[in-house]
Parts: sequence; structure tokens; C-alpha cells
Amino acid sequence: MADKDITRRESAGEVGAGEQPHRYESLIEPKKGLGELLAPVAGFGVTLSSMFKPTVTEQYPFEKVPTKPRFHGRHQLNRYPDGLEKCIGCELCAWACPADAIYVEGADNTPDAQFSPGERYGRVYQINYLRCIFCGLCIEACPTRALTMTNEYELAGPSRRGMIYEKSDLLAPMGEGMLAAPHPMVPGTQDTDYYRGNVSGPVPEQVDWVAQWRPEDSTLPSARRAPATPPAADSPHGAHGQVERTPAEASEATR
Amino acid sequence: MTTTTPQTSGAEQAQAVPQVTLTIDDVEVSVPKGTLVIRAAEQIGIAIPRFCDHPLLQPVGACRQCLVEVATPDREGTVRPMPKPQASCTLEATPGMVVRTQRTSAVADKAQHGNLELLLINHPLDCPTCDKGGECPLQNQTMSNGPGRSRFHDVKRTFPKPIAISTQILLDRDRCVLCQRCTRFSEEIAGDPFIDLQQRGVRQQIGVFDPAVLGFAGAAPAEVYRGVQPDGTPVDASIGVPARDAAGPAGDAALDTSGRPFASYFSGNTVQICPVGALTSAAYRFRARPFDLVSTPGIAEHDSNGAAIRVDHRRGVVLRRLAGDDPAVNEEWISDKDRFAYTWQGMPDRLTVPLVRDRGEDGTPGELRPASWAEALETAAEGLAAARGAGGVGVLPGGRLTLEDAYAYAKFARVTLGTNDVDHRARPHSAEEEAFLAHHVAGSRMSVTFADLENAPTTLLVAYEPEDEGGIAFLRLRKGVLAHRNRVFSVAPFASRGLERLDGTLLQAAPGTEAEVLDALAAGAPGALGEAADALGADAIILVGERLATVPGGLTAVLGLARRTGARLAWIPRRAGERGGVEVGTLPALLPGGRLVTDAQARVDVAASWDVERLPAQAGRSADEMIAAAADGTLGGLVVGGLDPADLADPALARTALEKVGFLVSLEVRESAVTRLADVVLPVAPPVERPGTFLNWEGRPRPFPQALTSTAMADHRVLDALADTMGAGLGLGTLAQVHAEIDGLGAWDGERAPAPTVPAAQPPAVGEGQAVLATWHLLLDDGRCQDGERFLAGTAQRPVARLSAATAAGLGLSTGEGLTVRTDAGQVTLPLAVTPMPDGVVWLPTSSVGSAVRATLRVDAGAVVSVSAAAHVNEGEAL
Repeated sequence: MADKDITRRESAGEVGAGEQPHRYESLIEPKKGLGELLAPVAGFGVTLSSMFKPTVTEQYPFEKVPTKPRFHGRHQLNRYPDGLEKCIGCELCAWACPADAIYVEGADNTPDAQFSPGERYGRVYQINYLRCIFCGLCIEACPTRALTMTNEYELAGPSRRGMIYEKSDLLAPMGEGMLAAPHPMVPGTQDTDYYRGNVSGPVPEQVDWVAQWRPEDSTLPSARRAPATPPAADSPHGAHGQVERTPAEASEATR
Repeated sequence: MTTTTPQTSGAEQAQAVPQVTLTIDDVEVSVPKGTLVIRAAEQIGIAIPRFCDHPLLQPVGACRQCLVEVATPDREGTVRPMPKPQASCTLEATPGMVVRTQRTSAVADKAQHGNLELLLINHPLDCPTCDKGGECPLQNQTMSNGPGRSRFHDVKRTFPKPIAISTQILLDRDRCVLCQRCTRFSEEIAGDPFIDLQQRGVRQQIGVFDPAVLGFAGAAPAEVYRGVQPDGTPVDASIGVPARDAAGPAGDAALDTSGRPFASYFSGNTVQICPVGALTSAAYRFRARPFDLVSTPGIAEHDSNGAAIRVDHRRGVVLRRLAGDDPAVNEEWISDKDRFAYTWQGMPDRLTVPLVRDRGEDGTPGELRPASWAEALETAAEGLAAARGAGGVGVLPGGRLTLEDAYAYAKFARVTLGTNDVDHRARPHSAEEEAFLAHHVAGSRMSVTFADLENAPTTLLVAYEPEDEGGIAFLRLRKGVLAHRNRVFSVAPFASRGLERLDGTLLQAAPGTEAEVLDALAAGAPGALGEAADALGADAIILVGERLATVPGGLTAVLGLARRTGARLAWIPRRAGERGGVEVGTLPALLPGGRLVTDAQARVDVAASWDVERLPAQAGRSADEMIAAAADGTLGGLVVGGLDPADLADPALARTALEKVGFLVSLEVRESAVTRLADVVLPVAPPVERPGTFLNWEGRPRPFPQALTSTAMADHRVLDALADTMGAGLGLGTLAQVHAEIDGLGAWDGERAPAPTVPAAQPPAVGEGQAVLATWHLLLDDGRCQDGERFLAGTAQRPVARLSAATAAGLGLSTGEGLTVRTDAGQVTLPLAVTPMPDGVVWLPTSSVGSAVRATLRVDAGAVVSVSAAAHVNEGEAL
């Protein structure tokens, strides 16, 4: 086949391309008169005018500007007012995480080591901040509001290992009057009482328990100073007895 | 959810089951008569929601979740709708029936929604703490199909939680939806009294035995359900029995419906089939979520049934095991040992690197020290070569190997060590047994199957406790007993709890007299013997356990009985590797495939396949003979696999032999009594860290993949490397190579071994204050494969000694008092349970806590021991 038989098509093989390609034409009206004369230096006008506007550059890290209050920063594992952890180790945060950044292992609370109200607590809690995308789905998933986000954004470090935050790094600091876990729940309460906010601080029984088993605990003085507040009167103790206990349960309770 | 094939025996299959045609959601479907509507819908791919329905349990219609709209033709043929939605799990399909499920019927959909809302009224919705969360049928159905919000605003009913049914099984009553799967499993499958429904209305609950709840506090003893006391008194006299029953579980347990502490070997299945989180296991409680877990199918390594399991693991740690679904073998059930005893594979005493013991100039052994593989293999090769010159090397592979490993041991002994001294039987054994295995077991696969156990009208158990020595075979036998009214006879000293639940008939035999009893099984014999003889026909099955090896003439008598009656005979050992070992020739007189060492043609056949000039022609020494030879210094060395010296017939002699033998190589998973004495220890992989195949007692290959990532090597790979170092490779480095070689060898069509002919021995004379010892292993005992699982240990039977009422009275003892069993070597003291059994016989568990029969007494079943009242009972042993 001779070369001359091959003719290059105008549309270069593009499907649907027209026979005649459009020529470029600007839609902006060309300037006229003085405008046409100053057009080459008109751009300096922006520079000049911004010289007289207030500066927007932030002097980070010398000046730290607070974020917006709902900024998604580092996570925090919260505590109840008496110091027990809110996390129950249910792994729903890990389940919700689209980046697979969270790793949780649950474990049993025992009478000797009660970390959270109820039966279960988070024994291992890790967030890998190299993976976290700060989407906040974990916060939405948390059934006890144990996991929230702070506004802390300075999450960088020299090592990969250091970017995996452990439970000790994530736990909220002890507030005034809180008693460090583990310690028993407020006597006569159940985990639902904690969820409903009926526990407002450690009671003397808990302080005594910690004083007996960990007399050196640094949170003891603060917890002792805090006014002992019994659970609120409207707590639904009675409600649990709506179906009255059978003798079997009564005997279980005393066993 | 699984569907099962309709249970049909041969006779039923012959006459075709009539078909029924019905319409479900406008799709016409034909099903065999008697099919439930919910199953018919499954066949055309329509899933009707359900909680209580389980294909292996009887229909009950307890949860009401499977409601559908049904119309049936009346007498004139006009299709008339039923006035209310019907439960499809209890409704049999009838001709012309028109069923509308939630997919096409608003009525059915509304009924199902309403029922779900009702079930959720008192459900605590504590899914975040509940173990079932993420794999919960109730949760799934509520999320996919349930109401968006509850109209229930009152306070939910709560119960104190959880109740520990046993140390392993925990019950949270407020999560329960009263589907009764657990109670039906216990009643229909396991046969153990468990828990049951109590009270009515909102207070209805699954509960444990409680006279107050059941309404007979202070009243006359009410009827309770099943069973007898250990001393034979019926259970209705057992109201208010002491919380610590003589034969109850070792740990704390709630009282079951019979008023005794709950004890079952199968209770873990109730946790798996519970459709909510009401039943959970202590071992897995709060440990993980299903999305954490990687599931790998597996095969249980504890017994010779080869039950299918599922291994769930996270980050290299096994967190739980579940029953697999294998209708041909274990259906959907496994024993608690298969389910919970997995911790041994990851204990801190796992061996990870080879160990080598240096010897001083004068030959004094030093300490074991870690070494490289190259050095360890070099040392082992040198030591074995020297030992081969100094009397030869024996091989004791142990009974827990996979088929591939056993094959490697068999080939290693013959090719590399040039000996037939290889014996996997780490238990009391005999030459008669080997002849029996060569004659009847080797090379005859699948002659009796689990399905046969279910369908055979008569089964005779000889020296075999199906529940204690496996479990799955027991469930199959019980299924047949319940479904087809099969009969079970057992030649044993007393009727065990398992035999009672099989509704079995005891053919009482004192230890050592089994052969006599078998020979006496003839038509016209008095009592149960004649009954059994009449029932034993060509369609019957005889199951013989490994314990019959210790009865001289026992296996000869069994073979004679099978010939006489035409009944099929199967041998069921306890350990997972025994059947495979017989098949691939880890016995002194057997080569792979049932070929005989003494048969020149068979030797040539195998030698050609193995590419060696000749194989040793002399039948080797049995395990006991090897131990004796090692103890008196005539054996130069030993290669020992996964074996506990305490399981051998004489543990004390075995220890001496392991100490005195010139060179000892141990292939082990964990530090053991053998590795502590070994010159070279080569670590091998546990089943979870390697692929392989178990051959179960049927002869069915049970292959399993590797669950955990691991660098540990399987036995066959280590033996291959060792043989390479010794200069003659085995070519068994990979699984594919082993399989290719086994396949290449093929079956043996040559001569089989002759049947053993050993005369029965006279039972020993029993003097004053003496008794004949009967003993067998309980399913849960002191074995090393159950280490590290304290919740499971609590569900084991408490060890008791058993005597007949007359013998006990002769000693002035009654149930609960201490009994001391003594030989010259030592003594065992256990609480006594008076049991209907022959006079002058005492029974002890072989290897339970406080009752290590062989290690302490140095005797086995059939020996005469002295019995006496215990001088004093220790605090822990007192009742």
C-alpha cells in the first residue's frame, strides 16, 4: 500500500469531533482608550491595595490561634465525675473507623479492678495517628460518649511507633475531685445510673477503698476535698424493682 | 444457616418419598412430604427470619419470628386463607398450599415487625458490651428489618447478671428471647439435664434449678426429670442433694433441672447456637469482636473423630474455636474439649528454637542451651549415627500426629535409621493388638462411618466409652437411638452416664473378662447376653476401643464375634493420630497401606517406591520393648515425638529409659518431660501453625489449612532436614511431596495379616481387701493438651473411685467417703461413689487430678490392687 493512500483526518480520530475545530475567541471585551494603555500594569493595583489591608498570616508556632470549637483534633477518652472510665471496650469505634486506625481489646471488670461502670472495660486502646483521617465517625459510634475529640492539632512526631497513641496517652486528665480508677462503682448504682449522669463525684466508700489499696494515690487528697454527693434522688433504683424480684434472684443477690 | 438432607435410611430411600407441590411467593416448589414450609422456602432462596428454628433440632415454634401468611385448599379445592399468620418453622407443606412471606405479603411483614418489637421490649440493648454483638441474629434482623424506634417507654425488666451455669457457660437472662434452642439441644442432642423455662408472662425466663421458682419449696419432693444418682438411686430422691455431688463437675456450677450441679461435655454448643447473647463462654467473654477475627477452617486435634471446627484468631492469637458444619462427621456439634482446649498451642513454654545439650569429656550431661538449626541438626545426626552403631535407634512418634508426619516417621525409621523399631502407641498395648490392627484396620478405610452409627439398629461397644473417649461418636449414636430406636449394648464394668443417656444395655464384665463375655454372646444365653446376641446381626456394628488391647484374647474374641454374627467391626482409638499411624505404618510390623514387614513382596514394593535397595526384614520392637531395651542399655538411641511418658504403660520405667538411653532426640511443641531429658530438642509446629491431614477413626482424611502465620516447621519437614543432614534425604520437605508419595504407594492388594489367635486369660484371683482395677480416661482430665484453660477445667468431672455396694459395705464405706487404692508402687485416694458394678472391682479415672493411675500405681486395668478406707481425707477431697 502506498503512503499517499493514508490521509490524516482532521479530527485525529476523536469520536464526535467536528470537521472544523473552533477557533479561540475571548469573551472579555477588549479594553479601550486609557484602559488599554494601563492594562499591562493593572495587576499591580491588587498588590498596592493589599498593602493597606490587615495581615492574615498566622505566626504559628510563635502564636497559637485557637481553632474553631468543633475542630476535629486528637481524641480523648473521657471519665465519669468519680474517675471511672467511660470506655467499655465495645470496639464500635474501631468498627466505624474507615481508616482502620483504632485497635481495642475489651476485658472483664473484676471487684479488684473496676475501671468502668458495668462488666466490661477497654483494656487496650490504641489510635494510630498516621492512619486517622479525623472524620469523627468513631465519635458518633461511641455509645457512652467515652470518645470525643479535643482541639489539639499538633500531631507529628519523629517515629511511627510514637504516632500510635496508647490508652494512657488518650485518657482525659483527672479533673478536680476525681478519683483515679480502678475503684468500685458508687454503691447502689448500676451502669445506667452513670450513663444518666446520676453520679456526680466519688463517695466516701470509694475514697476509702482507694485509700486502703493504694494509699499513695495522688488523686486521693483532691477526691477527699470534693463534697461527697450521693447519687441523685431521682435515680431509677426503684424502677429496677418494677418487676419485683423473685426469691431466686433475691438469693442470688445475697449469695 | 444450614439445611440438612432429609434423614433417610436405606429402606426409606427405596420407596420414593411422595412429593408435595406448593406455592411460595408465587413460585411453585416441590418438596418431599413432611418438609417444613421454612425449609421449602430455603430451597427456592427465600429467607424467612427465625430465631428458634434450627435444622438439627425439633421444631418448636417458640420465637414466632417466622410468621407467614398461608392459604390452603379446603375439601372443595377452594384455596382459603388461614385467619392468622402461621409460624412457618412448625408448619408442614401440604399440596396446593399458598404461602406468602414478608416479601409479598403486608400481613406477614407486619406480623414479623410486631414480633420483633415485642422481643425487643425487654431486651436490654446492651449490644456494645454483649459478646454476640456483630454476629447476633437478633441484632442483624433488627438493623435490617426492624422498627426504627421502640414504642415502649417504660422501664425494662432486668435480672441480676450473669449466672454462671458452669465455670465456662454464663447466662444473661435479660438478653434471652426464650427460643429454647439451648434447652432443646441439651435434651435432644446431648441428653444432659440443663436449664429450662420457668414462670409465665413477663417473668418467664430460662433458669437453673430452684425449688422456689419451680414452686415446690417445702412441698413433697416433686418430680424431676431424668437420670439416677451415682449410687444408683433414682433421681427423685435427690431433691436437695448436697451441692457437691460425688460425681459432679470439678468447679462451681449452677444446679440443673435435675437438681444436681450442671455438668456436660457439650455445653459449648449452646453458646454457639444461642441466637442472642444470653449464653456466653467465660473463655471468650469480652475478648474480641467478629470483625477483629480471621476465621480459618480446622480439624479438632484432641480425638480420633476429626470434628470440623472453625479457628478464630486475631494478630496471631487464637481467641476461640467454633463447631464447623460437616454433616458427614460432626454435623454442627463439637465437644467442649474441641471447642475450648486450644490454649496449649500458645503457652509460654512453647519451644521456638532448637536446644542442644553439651556433654562433658566424661559424658556427663550438661544443661540444654539454644542452638541454631544447623548445629542442632548436625548434633542430632552425629548422635543418631553413633547410636545406630551402638544397638540401634528406636522411634516413638506418639499418637497425635497428622498423616503426613506419621508417614515421615515411618519412612525415617526404615530408610534413615534402618530399623522397624517404630511404634506410635503411647499407651498400654499388646502384640495381639498389632496383629488386630494389621489384620482388620490397616488399609480398610470407611468400612464403618458416622452415618452407619446413626442407622445401625444395634451397636455393641466393647471397652469403649463413646462420650469420654471422643464425644462425637456418642452424639451420633444418641441421634440414632432417639430417631430410629436403635439399641446400644456395652461390655463394661458399669453403666456410665453416657451409656444411660444412650438408653443402653450393660453387659457387665469385670476387667479382664471381656473376652469371656464376648464368647458367651450366643443365642439362648441368659438375660441381656441373649438379648444382645439376638440383636447382633449383619446390620449391626461393633465398636471396639483401644483399651481392649490390655485384655489378652479380647481382640481375638471380638473378631470371632464379628465373624460369627456378620456384624461390622470398627476400632475407635482416643488420639487423633492413631488411625493415620496404622495406615502409614508407624508400627513395628507394618509398612504403609497395611503391607507387612515380613512379606518380601510388600517390602520390595515399598523399597521401590522409596528408591532404596532393601528395607529391614525383621519386625521391630513395640514401644514397651523399646522402653525396656533403652532402660537396660541395649538400645542406642531414641527419637521421640509428641509423647508424654506418663501415658505409657509404665511411666517410671519410661522415665528411666529416657534418662539412660545413649542419645535422645525430641521433636516437641512445648517443653515436656521428654525434652527435659533430651540431648537435642527440635521444635515443631502445633496443628494451628501448619497444614496437614488427620485420618479419623473411619479412615476419612480430614485435611486442614494453616491458621496462623508461623515459621515453625511441621514434623515431616524437620525429619526431612534431619535425614538430609544424616546423608540420606527423605524427599518429604513439603506437604505436596508427602501426598505424592503416599498416593504413589497406593493401596496394597497383596496378602493381609492373619487374624490374631490369643487365648483368653484366666481372671486373677481376688483376695480379702483386694479388687480388680478398672480404669479409663475421662474426656476432660489432666492431659497436657488441656493446659491453660481453667474455665474448661472447672467443667471436668470430679475424679471419684467406684465400688459396688457390697464391696463398699465390706470396707465399711459409703458414697462420699475416702477410698484408698494401693499397690506396692503407690496409692491413690479419692472420694467413693457407690455404683452398680461387679463385686471386687474398683474403678479409677486414668489420668485425672489426684488420680494418675499408671504413674502412681504402675498398673493398668485388670490388675489386682488393694483397697481400704482412707486414713484421712484431705480437705479438698472431702465432700
